[in-house]
Amino acid sequence: MSTASACLHHLFEENRSLEEYQGGIPRWCKGCGDNAILAAVQRLCRDEGLRPEKTVFVSGIGCSSRLPHYMRTYGFHGIHGRALPIAEGIKLARPDLHVFVNTGDGDCCSIGAAHWIHAIRYNMNLTVLLHDNHIYGLTKKQASPTSPLGTKSNTTPRGSYLDAMSPLTVTLGVQNASFVAQAVDWIPESLFQIVTAAFRHRGFSFVRILQRCPEFVGSMFEPWVHDPERMLMLTHEDGIRLSPALQKIYRNQVEHDPANIHRAREIASSEDPIPVGILYRNPAVPCYEDLRRSGMLRTTDTIRTSLEAEFDKFTVWP
Amino acid sequence: MNAAVETMDVRTTPKQVATLSEAVIEIMSDSGEGAQKCGQSFGSIAARMGNGVWTVEIIPAEIQPPARSIAGASGNRIRIGSKRITNGGDEADLAVAFNEQVLLGRVNAGELKPGCIVLLESMWGASADPKIALQYRETLDRLLGEGYRVHEVPMENECRRLVSDPRKGKNMFVLGMLCNLYSLDMDLARDQIAFIFGKKAEKVIKSNVALLEAGHAWAEHNLDFGFRVPAVRATEPQLVINGNTAIALGVLASGMDICAMYPITPATSASHYLSDVFERAGGIVHQAEDEIAACAFAIGASYTGKVAVTITSGPGYSLKQEGIGLAVMAEIPLVVVNVQRGGPSTGQPTKAEQSDLLTTMFGSHGDAPKVVMATSSIEDCFYSMITARRIAETFNMVVVVLSDASLATAQQPFPRPRFSEDWVAPPIDQNPVPEGAKPYDWDPITGLSRRFVPGQPNGMHTLTGLAHDRASRVAYDGETNEQGMHARSLKLAALQKMLMPPKVFGAEEGDLLVVGWGSTKGAIEESVERLRAEGHAVSALHLQFLQPMPPGIKEILQRFGQVITVEGNWSDRPDDPLIDESNRRYSALAMLLRSRYLVDVDCWTEVRGRPINPGSICNELRRRLAREEFRR
Repeated sequence: MSTASACLHHLFEENRSLEEYQGGIPRWCKGCGDNAILAAVQRLCRDEGLRPEKTVFVSGIGCSSRLPHYMRTYGFHGIHGRALPIAEGIKLARPDLHVFVNTGDGDCCSIGAAHWIHAIRYNMNLTVLLHDNHIYGLTKKQASPTSPLGTKSNTTPRGSYLDAMSPLTVTLGVQNASFVAQAVDWIPESLFQIVTAAFRHRGFSFVRILQRCPEFVGSMFEPWVHDPERMLMLTHEDGIRLSPALQKIYRNQVEHDPANIHRAREIASSEDPIPVGILYRNPAVPCYEDLRRSGMLRTTDTIRTSLEAEFDKFTVWP
Repeated sequence: MNAAVETMDVRTTPKQVATLSEAVIEIMSDSGEGAQKCGQSFGSIAARMGNGVWTVEIIPAEIQPPARSIAGASGNRIRIGSKRITNGGDEADLAVAFNEQVLLGRVNAGELKPGCIVLLESMWGASADPKIALQYRETLDRLLGEGYRVHEVPMENECRRLVSDPRKGKNMFVLGMLCNLYSLDMDLARDQIAFIFGKKAEKVIKSNVALLEAGHAWAEHNLDFGFRVPAVRATEPQLVINGNTAIALGVLASGMDICAMYPITPATSASHYLSDVFERAGGIVHQAEDEIAACAFAIGASYTGKVAVTITSGPGYSLKQEGIGLAVMAEIPLVVVNVQRGGPSTGQPTKAEQSDLLTTMFGSHGDAPKVVMATSSIEDCFYSMITARRIAETFNMVVVVLSDASLATAQQPFPRPRFSEDWVAPPIDQNPVPEGAKPYDWDPITGLSRRFVPGQPNGMHTLTGLAHDRASRVAYDGETNEQGMHARSLKLAALQKMLMPPKVFGAEEGDLLVVGWGSTKGAIEESVERLRAEGHAVSALHLQFLQPMPPGIKEILQRFGQVITVEGNWSDRPDDPLIDESNRRYSALAMLLRSRYLVDVDCWTEVRGRPINPGSICNELRRRLAREEFRR
């Protein structure tokens, strides 16, 4: 049997390769932005040294939600719209697990919208990645709540009727929002930085990732992909800093303090240029699991004691 | 107790104390006047004296219905007996009403026996409002005309001598009257008051004891009748709780850690109680944003190792169906409690019905086999939760426990359970999974597999609601799809082989067998007892497991000339002009028995929102037994 210090030493020595987090071969379309997100989270797991058996990727239904199948961790590919409450149940029962949620714009902002609002309020320690490609992919091209006005799809052949919903302003508008960021699939380096910051934040870390769907809305983000000036890079010592290489390409940069929620809401309202970075972070918001878990070790004895005490209240003695 | 009273001069005739084997008493008031507390206390005192007791709440649908309204009756029905009491019984023998309008509601519903004794608050007759005085007078005349034995009682005036706000103390005055009329032990009554007001000041207890004693003295001086329902003190400690509290205590006892719920009548009080006590034992009640989330949350919690529970009623159950299907498909154990109420849609939220059996068994799209149990008594509510947790965990299945509104608020004493370590869920397994083992390594005979939970090294896999193979890989091929369906279905058969054949109540064979499930057990068995005493060859069979059904049922059904189910759900009436054998909709259990056992099973059902009473069942069975084809 190993001693405690030997175990600790072993843990310290533990190094995993990227391959150890790679599950099945992704079956997303060629050029799908989900591949970039997958690469970012696999790198995150490796660099943060997450034990695969202690890590759970939870998803709903849609192209985004296939991600858990491509990880070699625990995964929970659930039902449409319900990834968040499932993840909450996991986290409340087992705070020792690292819990990620992969959800899409249909899954999170449409069928699961009620859960999204309340998940923000619960502020459980989850890393939530919204794969937002502005379209339903798995069901073959229907308008989603984030489709820009006029998007032509199979259910809106003459163009969509409503203005797009902004997941960032919605999230920033809910009580207890504690971490809101935006990334894009076509800048992998900042995507990785942002996802890492999200993981390290203790609370409900919401990252909207603009993600290309070459199959159904191939030109959706083209103007931004090809014009770095139309990207607004948020930098701050409490946020993220761009590498020299990125600084050269993305020159449209602004200092933004993630503690400033009013400014965060203004930035969130901008669709063009697209802001990238951490909009808001507040580590002081309490986590629901900390509020609810008593820390009491639940043993047969504690159950027996409390049960007998309750029985005493209602007992009619002979 | 009565000896000293003979000297009192108010009453002109000596008090006649009759001995009864049982009695049904109703107490009703406007909401907030405390009739429920009075009724429950009366039941508790009788229970302590050793009487069989069953109390049922009379609940208005609104939180604050208008005062003095027919639909606003709030109160209790208490049935006490010399022997064990298993249901609310037939019409009431005695009714206490705080105003004549709430009484009318019960009269119109046919809940009072012809000639029922009525103790009626008399103050309304002298009301300054001529409309109220007239209503009172008219009602009184009607009741007297219909043969009710009405005694006008100046409850409020009597209470005013002792307290400044008689509206608040009247219920304890009434409790005192009832203790006198039913010869209950006043020391136990004083104890009861000390218990219910235990958290309040000594002054409050004193004032309520004074009201109790005043009520007792008033009845002693003014009413020349009384009853005694002899009882033998229990030799073992008894618990007196309602069905929902029993469910909550069962959750605690089963070792489940997490209950996720959303408020819904009549299930919520189970979660209220659990919220109060669960956390002291390290458990958590999570009030989710909706029913769907509550189910998904419980599934997420269960997935990580320990079975979780979600508690709801019909409409909530409908919303949970998709989540339940996920748990079935992914073989995540889960306990779901459905405290049924009147449906469909919003239906009758506070009233009892047994209409969710088929949706529970067959609900959720696709083939989604799950275990369905029904609770048939308060005691059963407690133990069912422990059983449900163990089955869920052993078989990696969803177990649905059906209760209903009539058990939810009914109280019945039962022997205090003796704690067993076997009740409690084992700790979460975090051992490494053997190399090469698969998360769905379905056993070819039983369909069982050992699930892997997060934290177990080597167990990593992605659980999915999609069709999957033994390694939990998404599989669209026909062969694998059938393998999964096969395994999930086999688990029910494996459970069925472990169940005991149900026991027949009455003789093992005869002319007529009455089959039931859930809360109707007490009423059905009581009616069978009565009919057997009349010489009829009638027996009863009650099913705790509806899916899978235990072995041996067909053999039992075949030993009887006729089989009929008695249930609280809809069935078409055979004498309606358009109804015939080709279109008659049978009740839920009748349909299941007919299809499974190819036996001709008839049904008699009621959906009147009240618990089915033994008298109605007897009447119906007598009618059938009188028919030609029943005579041998």
